[in-house]
Amino acid sequence: MAEHVLLRHRDIPEIGNLEVYLEHGGFEAFKTAVTKQTPEEVIEVVKASGLRGRGGAAFPTGLKWAFLADEMPRYVAVNADESEPGTFKDREIMEGNPFQFLEGIAICAYAARANLAYIYARGEFWDLAGDLQEKIDELRSRGLIGEKLFGTEYSLDIRLHYGAGAYICGEESAMLESLEGKLGMPRLRPPFPTVKGLFAKPTVVNNVETLANVPPIMTNGAQWYRSFGTEKSSGVKVFCLSGHVEKPDNYELPLGTTFRQLIFEHGGGILGGRQIKAILPAGASAAILPATDDVLDTPMDYESLPKVGSTLGSASIIVLDETVNIAWAEYKITRFFEHESCGKCTPCREGTYWMLHVLERFNGGEGVHNAADEDIDLLASVADGIQGKCLCALGEFAAAAVAAGVERFRSDFELRVVNGR
Amino acid sequence: MLVDKHQAEIEAIIERYPIEHKRAAVMPLLYLAQREYGYLPQEAIDEVAGLLDLDPTQVGGLVRFYTLYHEKPGGKYRIQICTDLPCALRGAEAFAEEMGEELGIAVNETTEDGLFTVEHVMCLAACHRAPMFQVQEVDGIHYHEDQTIETARAWIQAVREAQADG
Repeated sequence: MAEHVLLRHRDIPEIGNLEVYLEHGGFEAFKTAVTKQTPEEVIEVVKASGLRGRGGAAFPTGLKWAFLADEMPRYVAVNADESEPGTFKDREIMEGNPFQFLEGIAICAYAARANLAYIYARGEFWDLAGDLQEKIDELRSRGLIGEKLFGTEYSLDIRLHYGAGAYICGEESAMLESLEGKLGMPRLRPPFPTVKGLFAKPTVVNNVETLANVPPIMTNGAQWYRSFGTEKSSGVKVFCLSGHVEKPDNYELPLGTTFRQLIFEHGGGILGGRQIKAILPAGASAAILPATDDVLDTPMDYESLPKVGSTLGSASIIVLDETVNIAWAEYKITRFFEHESCGKCTPCREGTYWMLHVLERFNGGEGVHNAADEDIDLLASVADGIQGKCLCALGEFAAAAVAAGVERFRSDFELRVVNGR
Repeated sequence: MLVDKHQAEIEAIIERYPIEHKRAAVMPLLYLAQREYGYLPQEAIDEVAGLLDLDPTQVGGLVRFYTLYHEKPGGKYRIQICTDLPCALRGAEAFAEEMGEELGIAVNETTEDGLFTVEHVMCLAACHRAPMFQVQEVDGIHYHEDQTIETARAWIQAVREAQADG
């Protein structure tokens, strides 16, 4: 793509500087919204753009904003708890193009009739969030956020809140619990956050990348945004490419770009010229795919991935080459979920624990006996014991990862049974 | 006492949240306490609980739930190496092992001089710059990306020299 919509710092290196951002039309969209548009008009533009949540769930953004319950005060809670293995896009947006992200929050807050927005940044983003705080202070001193903006009655404040190391806090209701000073554990829904969110008030929860899309949509219009991507998955997406590729990085491309284009045209192909074996399209949180020609030619959009048996999620593509035994990859993934399970739902807490212990048999855990044939089916059975039985998606992801690994790469597990680990 | 030394900062933290929901200030206050004490002993937990009218058990639960809060003292520099799948595909496990050898300690151990603790952690959103680690100190967390054992060794050496120079 000639020009970036989100990663604009790659075209305009100093755009993280407020003066430069303003020179390039920054905060015009927010000012126009506050002074000339009603919140409903803003929501209509975002709805018409087809923008969907970029955190993984792909819920239509404008529709979410329109769902807010008729109660005040309302809040915006920004999910900057980027922790999915293989995902590093929100970080680049906040580091490189911070003001576009902050303007997106401001427009969202205006559309939501909220006067206060919290950014929930993972604690590990300490340095990044420190910089972001300075940018927020700069906006306040320039009168771009604060009291009675642009001579209207509208006021807005943006505040930072640091997480402290818990993947589960990327799940929206767990994030709200954590922001309230509680254990980051998911809530039973309904009610959804748009009805009872932060401090039990109507709340919009959006991901960093989602909000960074909003200023250019307001500036250039919904039809312009729809000129990128596909009919149902409109717009651009930052694809995070990692693992066995020559050039692991973020790539901003239209939704509907194929895996083959991303991995071979943009990512420089497989590390060391080896053969590609498998793809994890959404970090640890999607079913693993064998890298067949059909899969490689699948467009990366929200509708096409389910047709080949996976999901796009946050579009964090981890590439595995021919040297990887999938029993090992599933062990690493399960180790992650076992560590990150919050413990609230028994099937997830116990199931991830037992899947990890069985997977250790395939991977040389200390003092663990070698895997036997029946362990392969035992894994699938424990995964089945988790699926559909938990409050949030974490357990679901953990189970789907193992179930798909066993189903699609059974011979890798059998190899470890025969040859040891 | 935290409140004697940091009253203005404590008030500023609590003001960031609606007055009827001041419990929300617990996480930033725990970071403040950890900065003061180096870790979170029971005394610190009790103080934070007192500031927010919470039960110390509730605050202790949070300390144990979130990985960046530490109940036990560790090295001045906690070296937290990501060994999750994307990093592991790019040599993070071998790198982590070399780091342990370099420092002469096993995972979760602290060097005798009290400077370094090595921990293996989950994804830090730096998969494209593996191997990598972050260093948690009392006053912040800093990333070290695109690492080799040579670059890491140079950093360790620099820390030791700075320490020796006092």
